[in-house]
Amino acid sequence: METVLANRVTRRVVEAVLALLGVAVLVFVMLRVIPGNQITASLGTEASAALTPSQEAALRAYYGLDQPALAQFFGWLGNVLTGNLGISQRTGQTVLDMTLAALPVTIELAILATLFGLLIGIPLALLSASRPNSARDAVGQLVGLAALSVPSFLLGAALLSLVSKYLHYNPSAQGFARLFEDPGLNFQQMLFPSLVLGFGLAAPIMRTGRSALLEVQTQDFVRTARGKGVTALRVQVRHVLHNALVPIVTMTGIQFGYLLGGAIVVEQIFSVPGIGRQVLIGLQQKEYAVVQSTVLVIALLFVLVNLLTDLLYRLIDPRVRAS
Amino acid sequence: MDLRRSRTAGWGRVLAAVTVVGLLAAACGGSTTSPAASGPGPTSPPASAAVTDAPPGNLVAGITSDADTLFPWKATQFQSVAIVGTIYGTLTELDDKLDVVPGLAESWQASSDGKTLTLTLRAGVKFHDGKDFSSADVKFSLDKIREEATAAVAASSLASIEEVQAPDPGTVVLTLKNPDAAILAGLASINLAMLSKDDTEEALGKAPNGTGPFAFKERKPNESITLAANPGYWGDEPKLATVEFRIIPDETSIVAALQSGNVQLAVLDDPLVARSAEGGGITVTKTPQLAYHVLQLNARRAPLDNVKVRLAIACAIDRQQVLDTAALGEGSVTGPITSPAYRSDPTARPCPTRDVAKAKALLAEAGLADGVTIKTIVSQGEYATSVNEAQNLQAQLKEAGITLELEVMEIGGFVDRWLAADFDAAVALNGGRPDPDTMYGRYFTSTGNLNKVAGYSSPELDELFAAGKTTADVTARKDIYARITQHLEDNAVWVWMFSSYAYTATTAGVSGFIPMPNASLQYLRTTSVN
Repeated sequence: METVLANRVTRRVVEAVLALLGVAVLVFVMLRVIPGNQITASLGTEASAALTPSQEAALRAYYGLDQPALAQFFGWLGNVLTGNLGISQRTGQTVLDMTLAALPVTIELAILATLFGLLIGIPLALLSASRPNSARDAVGQLVGLAALSVPSFLLGAALLSLVSKYLHYNPSAQGFARLFEDPGLNFQQMLFPSLVLGFGLAAPIMRTGRSALLEVQTQDFVRTARGKGVTALRVQVRHVLHNALVPIVTMTGIQFGYLLGGAIVVEQIFSVPGIGRQVLIGLQQKEYAVVQSTVLVIALLFVLVNLLTDLLYRLIDPRVRAS
Repeated sequence: MDLRRSRTAGWGRVLAAVTVVGLLAAACGGSTTSPAASGPGPTSPPASAAVTDAPPGNLVAGITSDADTLFPWKATQFQSVAIVGTIYGTLTELDDKLDVVPGLAESWQASSDGKTLTLTLRAGVKFHDGKDFSSADVKFSLDKIREEATAAVAASSLASIEEVQAPDPGTVVLTLKNPDAAILAGLASINLAMLSKDDTEEALGKAPNGTGPFAFKERKPNESITLAANPGYWGDEPKLATVEFRIIPDETSIVAALQSGNVQLAVLDDPLVARSAEGGGITVTKTPQLAYHVLQLNARRAPLDNVKVRLAIACAIDRQQVLDTAALGEGSVTGPITSPAYRSDPTARPCPTRDVAKAKALLAEAGLADGVTIKTIVSQGEYATSVNEAQNLQAQLKEAGITLELEVMEIGGFVDRWLAADFDAAVALNGGRPDPDTMYGRYFTSTGNLNKVAGYSSPELDELFAAGKTTADVTARKDIYARITQHLEDNAVWVWMFSSYAYTATTAGVSGFIPMPNASLQYLRTTSVN
């Protein structure tokens, strides 16, 4: 039993390391395949054209572009392994500092969005599953479909524009406030983006939840519970929902992992300085170290969240623990 | 349409719910936020009450991305140039019509042969760090910019300088290799800003130190850059206590920020977004820009090496139609030179209006009556209208038997191909300059660094550009550039189409700001807000 678990953990860790290495190679190669480099990105077309060969050589050396690709890759990877994620020439900050500033923002946004997603998605799933193919099921499914189909940039931009125009209320435009500096303003600034993200998240949660609930409902123990005279609500929540949690947690875990990768569109619209914007700006400026290291951090988080989700199963469902 | 309506109706309830929650949050959070938000307000009026009647205000300007550098000699991005332009000073300046006016140099005198330019510096100017500005700083800056290792983007504007001398603290003498009429306008570029001789690029990247109306105060990467009024500025003291450039990545969100009153000024590119901002106390001003939308032709490649083919293309295009279709009519049809003082007459071209019959006849004369295919590169994502312009050009040219084969690519790929002149034609948005020599000398003289990209040169153009550079008399100079325009149009070197507007949006309390055709924000120094 103990060795089985140990083997399993070892295997997961090896898989995770390989996945991270794959991500590192992929991002490294993709960045160099895209035309353009940091010189053209920062100087612009006309100025790049005006560079003399020696100026260009000096700039290539400055940005480390004169090194062979393999040397660049292992140089960067070696630095990352010793905790040096590189530096952004544009801001003069280290990528580590930038990430340490952006990551808490993204985590906060992801947690709030997931909360909203669950708060909207699970009641909808319960509503739909309580009487399949009825009018209330149709309503639940329709909201779910809407959440799935309305893109976040539309919902986000509409929300922001309407509230700003008619209520003159726009916390997002007040300069970003960090959670521990100004919790009141921070909460206002996070509310809309996390609602928009949460609404999008509610759709997969609702759909997974609904089918899981329907499956559990047909099982014998539910009928027994009803037969014992347990109230309908208690049956739904205590017996059905609890047993349907595993697929919901899986889905939520995956979505949460995606959110940690930064919600680029929503972060753009609501000016949230999260990890998604860090990657986007790095890409626009062709700052290789920023993009490579940040994507690696994101991949690492994704792997960690998946591991944690696995562990959660064991807490929720004794059957997983037993097997 | 119905679908969308029903969808929005469904959202009504959600929106209402969200709004209520938001308002509650606003009410709760209000007390905590206000002291922080208005921090600089209460402290500034006592300090400057003696100087002005109204207390200086704090202005927030919305920008879509962080400045990629605060070092003036390397700033090319719009945001960088605009911000750096308020911090640093230049020897000459441009007024709102782009005419050259004194800056750090109070006056100047050219020798009779035009080869010596003596500048008299303004007295009593100080850098933000308190050091005096003198001719030693000018010599340091001009020498350093010309050093290749500095990689200053505007080094070529100083190519005619042989030597810089500083005989006394208030005088600078420029010895020129040849007379250079463009140098005075060139010196107004923020890329030739005057730095203190004690500063380094590295130090200034973190803590800018200039002589401009605003001094650097604080920077939060990707969030904001804040400047404070420079009380020792040599001109009228700015009416604003602080200017904060707040980074709001999306133009629609900037409009929302203007509407909610959190941002008071912004320069917008997208005509649709600008239109959505109008009304409700927000004023939107349109300013024609120097940058021009153009179909570049590569006259070094067959069949475009035949002037008749190029003329056929130029004649088959209704430029107003491109403007109306691709850019909602937001802009004006232009000839080559967009600078107000030297502006080309857009009707002075071989086919002032579209003439498909003539285009077909020209093609037939070139022996291409069966039609011709032109490989055209188009960028995507750099500016909103590129692909639409290309498609409209394609449709118009098709009627004349010319097939534009469009190759739409991401901006990085486009730039590589553009720099290598690897195209028959290119749909491009090129930057303009206040002086026509600086604007086109690099493209259309045979030794210009962008001549390969221009795809055309001729002895006549070389001569005209040389004459334009050495002629100081404004009327004579205008005549020379009119002839250059005519040469470019008669030979259909490129097809110049239109220039678009920049949209300056301001809220009700903002006054005194003058938008510039080169998108400079220098008039923040005369702006006030209440």
